[in-house]
Amino acid sequence: MAANRGSWPQRALPVLVVLAAVLLAWYAGAVGLNRAGVLERVLPNTHPNGHTLGDLVAATWTMERPVLPAPHQVAADLWSSLVDWPLDSPRNLLYHAAVTAHATLVGFVLGALLGIALAAAIVHSRTLDRALLPWIVASQTVPVLAIAPIVLVILGTLGFSGVAPKAAIAMYLCFFPVTVAMVQGLRAPQRIETELMHTYAASRWQAFWLLRMPSALPFLFPSLRVAIAAGVVGAMVAELPTGAQAGLGAKLLTGSYYGNTVGIWSALLMSALLGLGLTAAVAGIERLVLRRRGQAGGVK
Amino acid sequence: MNSNDRSDRQPAVSVRRASVVYPAADAPVHALSDIDLTIGQGEFISLIGPSGCGKTTLLRVIADLEPITSGEVLVNGLTPHEARLARAYGYVFQAPALFPWRTVLANVMLPLQIQGRPRAEAEAVAREHLGRVGLTGFEAKYPWQLSGGMQQRVSIARALGFEPKILMMDEPFGALDEITRDDLNDQLQKLWQRERRTVVFVTHSIAEAVYLSTRIVVMTPRPGRILKVIDSTLPDERTLDLRDTPEFMALAHEVREGLAHGHGGGH
Repeated sequence: MAANRGSWPQRALPVLVVLAAVLLAWYAGAVGLNRAGVLERVLPNTHPNGHTLGDLVAATWTMERPVLPAPHQVAADLWSSLVDWPLDSPRNLLYHAAVTAHATLVGFVLGALLGIALAAAIVHSRTLDRALLPWIVASQTVPVLAIAPIVLVILGTLGFSGVAPKAAIAMYLCFFPVTVAMVQGLRAPQRIETELMHTYAASRWQAFWLLRMPSALPFLFPSLRVAIAAGVVGAMVAELPTGAQAGLGAKLLTGSYYGNTVGIWSALLMSALLGLGLTAAVAGIERLVLRRRGQAGGVK
Repeated sequence: MNSNDRSDRQPAVSVRRASVVYPAADAPVHALSDIDLTIGQGEFISLIGPSGCGKTTLLRVIADLEPITSGEVLVNGLTPHEARLARAYGYVFQAPALFPWRTVLANVMLPLQIQGRPRAEAEAVAREHLGRVGLTGFEAKYPWQLSGGMQQRVSIARALGFEPKILMMDEPFGALDEITRDDLNDQLQKLWQRERRTVVFVTHSIAEAVYLSTRIVVMTPRPGRILKVIDSTLPDERTLDLRDTPEFMALAHEVREGLAHGHGGGH
């Protein structure tokens, strides 16, 4: 695989081309979408005696509360939030990202453990396989937006607030991909490998730890990458209905309350960066753990 | 089951009127039909025959990987199930079945680890057995870094490491080239010389069976049964040169005749 990917410049070029295309479309979109507002609210004040096309374009890319802020406005807003405010200030997006990341990670760890436990139960018991799997699949057809307020209210009445309810909803989204992948992974050992353990009179527990678990790791990690990205979504959704003061979800919500479109977009960008960062961290752990398996890791 | 029953005089394996029948829609398949076989302690027994003759099934029955439909199988006086729980078997499969996430050393340590042996002791035993199959220096390698013949040697070291009473081998060298196979046959022969462990060996190679065995069990298919048991007249000490002697050729001829007879004169 690595040999086919080529060198860094070769790999980066297609990504950069797409990025350039997106930025171009974005700037064009900003002109189109902000034009009406600029003509109505900005240009009559700044250029009462008529304006050129250049003035119009420049105004659409710099206006306050645009319909679609230009990329450099978003980047500048994000940057100023990071450098102009202390880390514990609600004006700093890293502060919100940390709040969301905290809930995401707690939910992710619990969700991954729950997913592995469910998968272990399912592969060891035919009854549980038939009884649990349909419910697990059904659980994911309920929209998380519908579940989130219910969970928040119930946990709130029970005295759980802060991280716990958010983590619970992140966990709800995290466990599913892990369960599905681990059911497959724990069943991945070949018959000959299972029989080998059988001739050693290995206990179920030993067969699980020495054969099933290591066989399942190549299945586990891709599902963890999916899970942690889903966990970010879960944590942010949980921040919406609480009127929470902190977290990227809350930041998005206040942005839309006050029509602060640039703020919404920079919070969006921050959450994308958070998702990327967490996924990359899982991928890094994956490389560390599976590093020494060589080709055999993926080959069955 | 007092201790007298477990003396060395007791057969390692005794099979009495054992049958294995697989139910099928039209007619049930007789994988094994009325097998009678006694294997003494320290014997090297080869099961040979064309595919479908039940040689692998018989091996799997003895190792408790498959149940018998009728009859009786005893291993050191125990049922195969009890013998397996007592960890009497070392089983070498057709494929090496090494775990790709474990080093060569850790693969050989696996059965010792399952037995709950202390780590240091398990490691020492594993190193010693890797040395016996000529793999000293490869302990830290991963299975995919080794050739097919070396992988199979690791799996033999793994099967011997926990000192099983009986070594079961299911065409262990079937997938290897002839030169590697000769080499491993020679090593296996020397190993048996040294340790005199009971070996039950499945093969479809006449030369291999004659070279290694003290007794050769010729089997025939449909239904799977024993056609003939040939006692080896070869000396216990053997080298590969032996294969060019008239004695060796006479034995090989006898086995080939048996196989041909089973094939032509079958039901």
